[in-house]
Amino acid sequence: MTEKTPTLDTASESKYRIIGKRVDRYDAADKVTGQAVYGADVHPSNLLYGKVLRSPHAHARILSIDTSAAEALEGVHAVITGADLPSVSDRIVDLGETATSLRYQSDNILAKDKALYFGHAIAAVSATQPYIAEEAVSLIKVEYEILPPVLDVRKAMRPDSTLLHDDIFTDELGQKSTQASNVASHIRHAQGDVEAGFRQADVIIEHEFETTMVHQGYIEPHNATAIYNPSGQITIWCSTQGSFGVRSQTSDVLDVPISSVHVIPTEIGGGFGGKNSIYLEPLAVLLSKKSNNRPVKLTMTRAESLAATGPTSGSYIRVKLGADANGHLTAAKLYLAYEAGAFPGSPVGSAAGSMISEYRISNVLIDGYDVVVNKPRTEAYRAPGTSNAVFAVETVVDELCEKLGMDPIAFRLLNAAKEGDRRPDGPTHPRIGFIETLQAAQSHDHYQTPLDGKYRGRGVACGYWGNWGGRSSVSASMNADGTISLITGSIDLSGTRTTTAMQLAETLGIDLEDIVPQVADTNSVSNTEGTYGSRTTFATGWAAHKLGCKLIDAVKERAALLWDIPVDTVDYEDGCIFSKANRLTFKDISKYLDETGGPLMVSATSFEGGHGPSATTHIVDVEVDPDTGKVDILRYTAIQDVGKAIHPDFVEGQIQGGVVQGIGWALNEGYFYNDEGQLLNANFLDYRMPTFLDVPMIEAVLVEVSNPRHPYGVRGVGEVPIVPPPAAVANAIHDAIGVRLTALPMSPARVLEAVWEQTPSAYLG
Amino acid sequence: MHSFTYVRPQSLEEASTFLSEHREQARILAGGTDLLVQIQSSSVTPDYIVDIKHIPELNVLSFDETGGLRIGAAVPCFKIWNHHEIAHLYPGLIDAVQLIGGTQIQGRATLGGNVANASPAADTIPSLIVHGAICDVIGRQGIRSIAVQDICIGPGQNALAPDEFLLRFQIKPPSIGFGAHYLRFIPRNEMDIAVASAGASLVLNPDDQTVQYARIAIGAVAPTPLLVIAAGESLIGQPLTNESIDRAARLAAQAAQPITDIRGTISQRKHLAAVLTRRALVKAQERALQSLKGASH
Repeated sequence: MTEKTPTLDTASESKYRIIGKRVDRYDAADKVTGQAVYGADVHPSNLLYGKVLRSPHAHARILSIDTSAAEALEGVHAVITGADLPSVSDRIVDLGETATSLRYQSDNILAKDKALYFGHAIAAVSATQPYIAEEAVSLIKVEYEILPPVLDVRKAMRPDSTLLHDDIFTDELGQKSTQASNVASHIRHAQGDVEAGFRQADVIIEHEFETTMVHQGYIEPHNATAIYNPSGQITIWCSTQGSFGVRSQTSDVLDVPISSVHVIPTEIGGGFGGKNSIYLEPLAVLLSKKSNNRPVKLTMTRAESLAATGPTSGSYIRVKLGADANGHLTAAKLYLAYEAGAFPGSPVGSAAGSMISEYRISNVLIDGYDVVVNKPRTEAYRAPGTSNAVFAVETVVDELCEKLGMDPIAFRLLNAAKEGDRRPDGPTHPRIGFIETLQAAQSHDHYQTPLDGKYRGRGVACGYWGNWGGRSSVSASMNADGTISLITGSIDLSGTRTTTAMQLAETLGIDLEDIVPQVADTNSVSNTEGTYGSRTTFATGWAAHKLGCKLIDAVKERAALLWDIPVDTVDYEDGCIFSKANRLTFKDISKYLDETGGPLMVSATSFEGGHGPSATTHIVDVEVDPDTGKVDILRYTAIQDVGKAIHPDFVEGQIQGGVVQGIGWALNEGYFYNDEGQLLNANFLDYRMPTFLDVPMIEAVLVEVSNPRHPYGVRGVGEVPIVPPPAAVANAIHDAIGVRLTALPMSPARVLEAVWEQTPSAYLG
Repeated sequence: MHSFTYVRPQSLEEASTFLSEHREQARILAGGTDLLVQIQSSSVTPDYIVDIKHIPELNVLSFDETGGLRIGAAVPCFKIWNHHEIAHLYPGLIDAVQLIGGTQIQGRATLGGNVANASPAADTIPSLIVHGAICDVIGRQGIRSIAVQDICIGPGQNALAPDEFLLRFQIKPPSIGFGAHYLRFIPRNEMDIAVASAGASLVLNPDDQTVQYARIAIGAVAPTPLLVIAAGESLIGQPLTNESIDRAARLAAQAAQPITDIRGTISQRKHLAAVLTRRALVKAQERALQSLKGASH
């Protein structure tokens, strides 16, 4: 059977037997009963416990490290420092959604000559008990020369700023500068003539914005358990979004062959982009090697997770937009300075590519700067870099609508990009459903219902995200009873074992109960990129469809042998193999495997491209308490083009989760550093993510504009929901009390300051 | 984490004796909701943990018309709000004990622990202050009484001698026309620590509803929770109007000496001291009027 030809048809519900149904998820019972095995549940025999010593300083030269007292403590097996890591070259290594120099990756895992942020790993120990490891860490004496911390992105960019690295020379639009700088790179996207565009404008709005670093906030902190065996084979259990990424990064950092690293992923308690890069894995391996090959487990505390993993960039952003009197956008000039953390690699590039791409604007100039500061190295976070950039863009769009007296959805409909329009960063849009989300928003009950009440306001904001495809591998074995064991290399963050199996079952025309999916380790399946870029249901699902097609070909061959007829006279439909004279179900062929050649196993991979971008429109109602500055979310509706929703529950869950994270980013989340660069809120009490009591039921509206380039019309869905919330909430606050907030988070203190600026007599202090 | 020895005295005498011998190395454990966190983060490193929960006198919870309310220092919050008579008579106290943590934490957290921990943001302290609560402390010299507003002497520091610990709180029976309220401001709707807080209590004259007695206390806006005497006195003899309430609220804000930290800013906290005092007074008035109404039936 040939693969299903992708079609432009917007899939109707009745077309599919399994796709689109809200079936039970395979991992549900294990997870709700506590049976699922997470990284912390791995306990090989003879296990030792590791602990990492972390820098109390944001910026300091390491003059000496004395580990003798720690090594002498009873129960301690090994102590390692940066000197134990092999020296590595400057080549670029892939971290999944981001990339970095291998040397920076190594330096982030264990500091060498300099500590570059509060929480930077300096040394690690292994011991028989966790508390002994903790005590041992406290016995390591580090002599620091404290250097001035660089904490503000704009100050870091000044030519006279203290430098983090003496070997960063700005990549200035492709040209290396000759003077060392904290600015790692300057990128630009230019389209049309932006100054001419502003001359055509009747209304021009320009604002500056500032946003603070925020963390992904996954509930399960990073962990790794490793065994280095005497022949140099390495086994790692860990919580990761991509086991193959852990394998290649560990191999790179330790300078060992990739084939010597075996990664066994456990269930994962959240990632959101923050579990692509490695932190603990090489430390666990080196400690095991120095501990007579005993297994070593490292588990971060919440404080370590917040101080030294993640986060995403804080930023300084300028947005200038022009529109003519009819409401057409004529020009956009955007300036983005992003904190990369201690090493280059902020998501400023992906922000530039997505922050305004859902609009059709002839004249655009985007300048982006990737800037190192003495904070943790940033990692991907759900549509990396885009929420803060869109906060800026959509706030200015809202003010344009206000000045023009236009309805915010009507304005956006007028300027919405569609298939064939060119994005400011180059690519041409394939079929996207932005207009459809706007139309659905316009007619939605939420938008149609007037909002009454004092200090209440409604905000609208939109978002765009390109998504990703990438490499995926799957395999299938037929069991004696005709069921299929489905092996996938994709880590299951959000139900993708189930959505992958659903696409295979749909292709084969068999029941979902006859497929048992499993996430495999790196020795059991071929290369599969991590679960990031909203790619898994798209790309691994595509591989599953190809797998199904190969299975159909295989069972047709078996049937032809069994019936002794040419294979081209055998057909397959709806889970049945048949010829003119014969008929067998897919499952029944299992009875005849031995007489037709033995066991049946097939594999398939995908690397197709063709991923479909996501666009979304959000509506939010808020109530502001002008006396306290507190903002309550009253109602929230997210309308998203999801392509074909393979499992609508999971898609709605992704949308609701993304919106809640976006609300947290909007209102209260943010890193709080003191002047010395020490993180003061590295706990979930003072790093204020929303609780259930802080958000209403988020209504997710699925607009299914099929991706014509995927066999089942799938688009990525997981990232774009986090893009509009900060902007939507800001616009709603403006509607409620008439103030524009230009900094995230829009904490009660910030709201109050804006109220006092507007009405000085409101201050009672 | 520092390793420690766990000690569980069964009587006041046993506890006092142990503490007088080991006070410098010992920490008292009641509900542990502050202490265990402090130990785990190594911000305290005691050699002994003295669990006083099993001493009978610290678990008393009673009310009578003459003696008023007695709450042993180790009584967990949930027992207080779950006690119907107490909850009915002292809703302004219940406001505070129901704010501490979630349900599970309220099963452990105690008034004694909250007060002895002496956090500037402690939820029960402003409420106890406006209720005129007296705290009995016990030590080698016997029992002495301290007004709750005098217990905290700085962030995390209390006025107890090394051999002393909290025994119980006593609050007089509520007068006719009494009403009190405590509230705090937090950026989220739950699971947070006060950015600022305020408690207010009033006794209204049954004849003309003017203020006979008023107390205002504010939290998280100074090194210790503050009793703002001037704010309460400004109301005495006055009818409660927007103007008189505003005046008292501004006096409370003037008394505040907040700092800027991870939870709030100076101006935000001074402003909130006024806003919350106003809101506390309005609710206290509502309760006082209910009390008058109940008495007249």
